[in-house]
Amino acid sequence: MSAVISARELGLLRCHACGAVYRAAAPGLRCHCRRCGVRLHQRKADSLSRTWALLIAAAILYLPANLIPIMKTSTLLEERWDTILSGVIALWQKGSPEIAVIVFVASIVVPLAKIAVLALLLVTAQRRSAWRQAERARLYRFIEFIGYWSMLDVFVVALLVGLVHFRGLADVQPGGGAVAFAAVVVLTMMASKSFDPRLIWDSEPLRRVRREA
Amino acid sequence: MSRLATTPLTICECCDAVYERRPLASGEIAHCRRCGAELYRNRRLDLDAMLAIAFGGLITFVIANVYPVLIMELGGTRAQVTLWDAILATYDAGVGLVAVLAALSLFMLPLTQILMFLYVLLPLRAGSVPAGFVPVMHAIRHTRPWSMVEVFLVGVLVAAVKLAAESELAPGVGLWGLAALTVLLTLLTTFDLQELWDLAADCEAGEGVACPP
Repeated sequence: MSAVISARELGLLRCHACGAVYRAAAPGLRCHCRRCGVRLHQRKADSLSRTWALLIAAAILYLPANLIPIMKTSTLLEERWDTILSGVIALWQKGSPEIAVIVFVASIVVPLAKIAVLALLLVTAQRRSAWRQAERARLYRFIEFIGYWSMLDVFVVALLVGLVHFRGLADVQPGGGAVAFAAVVVLTMMASKSFDPRLIWDSEPLRRVRREA
Repeated sequence: MSRLATTPLTICECCDAVYERRPLASGEIAHCRRCGAELYRNRRLDLDAMLAIAFGGLITFVIANVYPVLIMELGGTRAQVTLWDAILATYDAGVGLVAVLAALSLFMLPLTQILMFLYVLLPLRAGSVPAGFVPVMHAIRHTRPWSMVEVFLVGVLVAAVKLAAESELAPGVGLWGLAALTVLLTLLTTFDLQELWDLAADCEAGEGVACPP
């Protein structure tokens, strides 16, 4: 661990788009990658405030996404409105618990975990905390990887709406919850993209310098 | 800002740790010692394999879009749904945001990804760098996380289970196309874009063209 040195300490930086390595210029100077042209910076610009903004928007929309029905099913006998959770329960009761678990994880566990993990990462990064950095880094990569699976229920609604239109016999219509839910997924994806995982490690060089001084 | 072209340094994308590149055995992956993220793979980029995957992706993309993914029978009537039926149905039902998201993440972005890869790979294989290489590579990088065909595939499964109790269901040809497309797109997204950047730089250097200032 002790042998690891960060690029910032060495005065180096990496182009985030193409991976080219540069010697960092004086702070405040606008520099662009010679190979791919993007603006170079040590850390993503305004990462913390951007991520907070997107995360808070996602957390607010999370309520209507779960409370407003995502679809209406009408058959000869009944008409029912389903929210995400009631859809999962219906799947379980109909005798496909495996699928119910998949949908439950994708639509309820993943978005909640994403919001909670991002909030944790933001708070610890803001405090320049050195607490469990390797685990936090792994958590970040994990939510980056699983994040878009939450779109599952939105696609299921779209498929059912497209497939089930038997005049009089059965019909499926989408509800407003689907829109809110899709927005939550997109916002959390944008939030995790705008978070800079290098901020997790930024407490290290400061500590090292202090120890040596 | 000076580019360190000759030093074989690499910087971890996730934690800013600096490493010296070392040669890897075939199939070996170098991981960051500090945060565990992938640094680089064995730099043996097989352009032929990449091209084959991209072409295969294009063919399966057409199959997945032209043929229905699910066929349903209820009360003597038959209904079937293609990807576009689902997208248009959600649009007609008044949830435009869902329709736009589905059209982007299931149709537009996967298709443009495949086409952009072909546009970049074909000339690179012939040893030249195509016009507009830089903007196309940036576009590939930006659109990458938003293609969600694999989620849709699981969505088809969930929709089928939801309907299986009340009706006769059969998989359509499009479903097999979709499954193959999912595999190929996943392979396509595991390509390291940095290797393509490096390869293009090598191509240009080999032709005696100076790096753009």
